[in-house]
Amino acid sequence: MRLFVPISVGGWPRIFSRWDIVAVLLILGLLVFLAEASRHLLQPLVELQHKPVSLDPANLPEYAARTTLRMLIAMVLSLLFTFTYATLAAKNKHAERLLVPLLDILQSVPILGFISITVVFFMALAPGRVLGAEFAAIFAIFTSQAWNMAFSFYQSLRTVPTELVEASRNFRLSPWMSFWRVDVPFAMPQLIWNMMLSMSGSWFFVVASEAISVGNTTITLPGVGSYIALAIEHRDLAAVGYAIVTMLIVILIYDQVLFRPLVAWADRFRFEQEPGMTPPRSWVLNVLRRSRLVDRLIHPFAALWRHLLLARWSKDKPLQQQQEESRTQRRWVAFQWAAIAIAFGAVAVWQLAVFVTQDITMSDVATTLLLGLATLSRIIVLIALATLVWVPIGIWVGTRPQFANVVQPIAQFLAAFPANVLFPVAVSVIVALKLNPNIWLSPLMILGTQWYILFNVVAGAIAIPTELRSAGANFRVRGWLWWRRIAIPAVLPYYVTGAITACGGSWNASIVAEVASWGDEHLQAQGLGAYIAQQTEAGDFHHIVLGIAVMSFFVVLVNRTFWRPLYLYAERKFRLG
Amino acid sequence: MDTSLLDIHALRQTFPRADGGELLVLDGIDLHLAQGQIVGLLGRTGSGKSTLLRSIAGLMAPSAGTITYLGRPVTAPAPGIAMVFQGFALFPWLTVLENVQLGLEALGRPDAEIRKRALAAIDLIGLDGYESAYPRELSGGMRQRVGFARALVVDPNILLMDEPFSALDVLTAETLRTDFLELWGDGRLPIKGVIIVTHNIEEAVLMCDRILLFSSNPGRIIREIAVDLKQPRNRLDPQFRDQVEKIYEAMTARTPAPAKVGAPAGAVATTIDTILPRVSANLLSGFLETLAGAPYNGKADLPIIAELLHLEADDLFPVSDALQMMHLVEVEGGDIKLIDAGKQFVEAETDERKHIFQRQLLAYVPLAAHIRRILQERANHVAPKSRFFDELEDHMSTDDAEATLRSVTAWARYAEAFAYDDDTQTFSLENPV
Repeated sequence: MRLFVPISVGGWPRIFSRWDIVAVLLILGLLVFLAEASRHLLQPLVELQHKPVSLDPANLPEYAARTTLRMLIAMVLSLLFTFTYATLAAKNKHAERLLVPLLDILQSVPILGFISITVVFFMALAPGRVLGAEFAAIFAIFTSQAWNMAFSFYQSLRTVPTELVEASRNFRLSPWMSFWRVDVPFAMPQLIWNMMLSMSGSWFFVVASEAISVGNTTITLPGVGSYIALAIEHRDLAAVGYAIVTMLIVILIYDQVLFRPLVAWADRFRFEQEPGMTPPRSWVLNVLRRSRLVDRLIHPFAALWRHLLLARWSKDKPLQQQQEESRTQRRWVAFQWAAIAIAFGAVAVWQLAVFVTQDITMSDVATTLLLGLATLSRIIVLIALATLVWVPIGIWVGTRPQFANVVQPIAQFLAAFPANVLFPVAVSVIVALKLNPNIWLSPLMILGTQWYILFNVVAGAIAIPTELRSAGANFRVRGWLWWRRIAIPAVLPYYVTGAITACGGSWNASIVAEVASWGDEHLQAQGLGAYIAQQTEAGDFHHIVLGIAVMSFFVVLVNRTFWRPLYLYAERKFRLG
Repeated sequence: MDTSLLDIHALRQTFPRADGGELLVLDGIDLHLAQGQIVGLLGRTGSGKSTLLRSIAGLMAPSAGTITYLGRPVTAPAPGIAMVFQGFALFPWLTVLENVQLGLEALGRPDAEIRKRALAAIDLIGLDGYESAYPRELSGGMRQRVGFARALVVDPNILLMDEPFSALDVLTAETLRTDFLELWGDGRLPIKGVIIVTHNIEEAVLMCDRILLFSSNPGRIIREIAVDLKQPRNRLDPQFRDQVEKIYEAMTARTPAPAKVGAPAGAVATTIDTILPRVSANLLSGFLETLAGAPYNGKADLPIIAELLHLEADDLFPVSDALQMMHLVEVEGGDIKLIDAGKQFVEAETDERKHIFQRQLLAYVPLAAHIRRILQERANHVAPKSRFFDELEDHMSTDDAEATLRSVTAWARYAEAFAYDDDTQTFSLENPV
């Protein structure tokens, strides 16, 4: 597994840039716009026509299929987004300056807080019909998948080796053709790895997005998520159990049928040409490859694809023109881009001004900031605890290959498993033992995200070269000295990568973890996540947006002032090879 | 047979510099490629020869001057000009056959023709049986054969080669060169002219009909040498040796320096903004020892010592440049000779050596002296790297500035002239004791 650079640390060298401000304004403006639009549209969609969800386990295969389908559709949309957005960012210098910070801010927006707004918005587009709710769910899943895929693709595009680019130009491939024959293949292994991460991450949101209450409207879409919501309402532990088993089976199936074949297939796109590494295998891919029927079915499509690649969308521009343009018109183009950004920024500012003066008081802002601090302190404590537990274990496991081979896939699987499915179990325990929710609800936030720390640390420990380990053994470096001088520095870049993901995920999870219920028992902790959840229930869009904005602010702040410097330091100082 | 394939007139190539100015890479280049010729571009790192090749390939528009191919200006990658790359530039996700077919597919030829021509090219270049292999399964030599087949399959008139053999081991490179020359000599290649960039002097003499010598920073053609030896050429032939020797001489000859009194022959006045060669202090002292020892006893013929140390011209010249710059040797007429400071250095013990090295470094490398003076002037004897980096960047490219600072840091560390801390990116006078 290659170490992948998270968006939050991979963008710009400076902590904050002018373009960050534009990006923040644009996203806040968009949020406000959606919220305002949705607020006026809330009324007509009370009646939603569809079959009620039932707790009969026999329905679970159908629900699972529907849920998976939503995720796959969202994945296709994410790919479309990736190929367009990331390509524009990588190929157009002016666009790049705005698009990359925009991506970073977007990935910091807590999706769970956002769902209520989009649900109403999309349902208003298709009033009274299930389609709108479906769109909203798919959109929520999309927002949980797209950003890191786009960022990985953008980074790959920028690192295509110069010689390959020159070769493709020398052999006069059109930009369209070289995109598909050079750029996409080069980016493929990293992109697939990110697709897997995204797919894993999005389970969490699919569960949350199928059953949503906004104000007085409750929207349930048939699926595993709404099944679980219903089971919680009915205090039916057995049903929760069925749902968990269903989930396990679905994850196993798509891993075997979709991702393993993809990984095995994408192995040929690996750029490192060294032989000797055992290539990943997939029985599904082998079956497909050996089947004559599949071969015949694919053949016409392959031919059509080859034909499509030849399309020339624009005439080849002579170089002269390009360069002259870049000299005399560079400033003009930059000016145009800046003007567009400023125009949109101004609209966003205006929207925000109207919005803030309407309903938000200074005390609201102060409250959310304080609640944000409460959630922040929980996250700090939890990440610290998870670090103390999982870093030693991860190193211990990673330096023993026989264990690592077993633990690594399990940790990855646990990271893929939507932890919110397990919340009801935890809540029932807290209720039964009458524990303090302010403390005991907190671990739920990290239940699903701690595994990122574990599997990244294991990967880092596996990557310590044998020679270094032997050298350590040879000089009898042992005990604390061994941890301090060898193990911890070697895994630090990997740990930071995992911790960033875990931290970001925990903020998101706080929205469902700080408020939890079991039947009519409602538990609540003091925190920003709980605040957003309450405002969602109350259907108060202004305060939802406030909560989201403040949470995004905290996420970005922590990323830029803590994780990014730490990551850059670890990269520079401890990266092996 | 003087049909002109390619004509370059007064070509000038500049790159934008960090401070908004322009960095001159190539200046006043005139080049003429006639049918049936192999022309070699020979020069040191930084002589812009690869830039010239990319301009001819239409990958880069000239800042001034013209490039005319078959009577038409080159403004974009032209059909009929194909390139072979130093790092092979094969697409790892395509098989040998698919790699070779790619150029034809881009032209939109019919499938049957693509296959036929690709197989013919594979056959010609000796890749039979490897059609379905992926590049990673091939050795370096086989990979570069794919590079050749891919270039030849589009029936180019001109073949551009960017140090095509430099990533290969000596034996493989020799086989590939011989095979290529044989095909070329037999007229079995579609190409009508070849331009090859190289830093290997013997390779140039072995392959080329004409060799253009480039100066560095900016790149200019300083000499044109016609090689009239008959193919196949023999490296041991006295005439061949003579040509090689002449080129060494030409490449080490400098315009007489307006230097200080007593400067060794060939030395050019070094200033703060001189790009420093990237050589380690270890290599420098090792080279001095070799030069002092038998059989050279302080004086050697450059091509001979290069061959014995397995240093190619591109590795050797930085060493001789650095030593010459610090007045430890002198280079004249293709010979390198120890002078007083160099002799003292070789005879000294470790600490004494460092002392001599420091003396020469501070006396003759102005950048080192400059950094040390600034450090001495400052109260805390510390200065950030960026201070000097910015200063250098006004005169050279970012990469060169980085490399120059690295070189001076490496030498200063050996000489214990000043210290550098990479964590804080600062220079200081304090060496950890």
